[in-house]
Amino acid sequence: MADPMKIRALLTGDTTEVKVLMNHEMETGQRKNAQGETIPAWFIQSVNVTWNGKTVLSAQWGPAVAKNPFVSFKFKGGAKGDKVSITWLDNRGDTRTDEAVIA
Amino acid sequence: MDAGRRAVLKSGGGMTLLALVGAAGWLESEDASAQSWNKAAFDTHNLPDTMRALGGTEAARSGDIIFFQTPDIAENGAVVPVGITSSLPRTESIAILIEKNPNMLAAVFDLPAGTEPTVSTRVKMAQTSNVYALVKADGRYYVASKEIKVTLGGCGG
Repeated sequence: MADPMKIRALLTGDTTEVKVLMNHEMETGQRKNAQGETIPAWFIQSVNVTWNGKTVLSAQWGPAVAKNPFVSFKFKGGAKGDKVSITWLDNRGDTRTDEAVIA
Repeated sequence: MDAGRRAVLKSGGGMTLLALVGAAGWLESEDASAQSWNKAAFDTHNLPDTMRALGGTEAARSGDIIFFQTPDIAENGAVVPVGITSSLPRTESIAILIEKNPNMLAAVFDLPAGTEPTVSTRVKMAQTSNVYALVKADGRYYVASKEIKVTLGGCGG
């Protein structure tokens, strides 16, 4: 199981800004190891962010997203104490969900 | 338990399933979009092919798409911050494309109503290249580009 994400959700006025830092290798499938064998690709393919059960961002990624991916975005709405839940799924079928409370 | 069968399921099952659902595309399936991965789009090598794989035909250049927090020169191609904001009405999705990467499409962000048309993330760049921001707004596609110089590549080599 992968390490937890770091999530920060901050309410300013009527807009919630979400910043998330995920822990993932994001191996491109282009690199070779010391023996000259290609290291297989291993990367997050889809990300889904929900607030109160409503999707506020969904993303599809290729291996060109940097290692330990960072994303920030904003959505209208949200209240202090509401939960933002983020799920990612990688190309090996691994998945992880973390939650943060809007501050 | 049959250990061989387990291993096969573990190694092959996930990939095949993803490849199958990926082929269904992301534009048609609102709810399933988080699960399905558009393999065809992520395998493309030029802008017209990527457009077709994403379901569009051609993109108009737009001055309403702005790069922010994006460097002109990236010292390390493995971590290049890219921020894109669109002031086009009804922006539905923002995609990041890097012209000279092995596969052009880096990321697609779907923005439901209520989410501001601004995303920022970090990408890898193999070499100095044009970076395109492809925005779908009100059913049409718009594009803006910016050249980022890379002094150290991010894709091995």
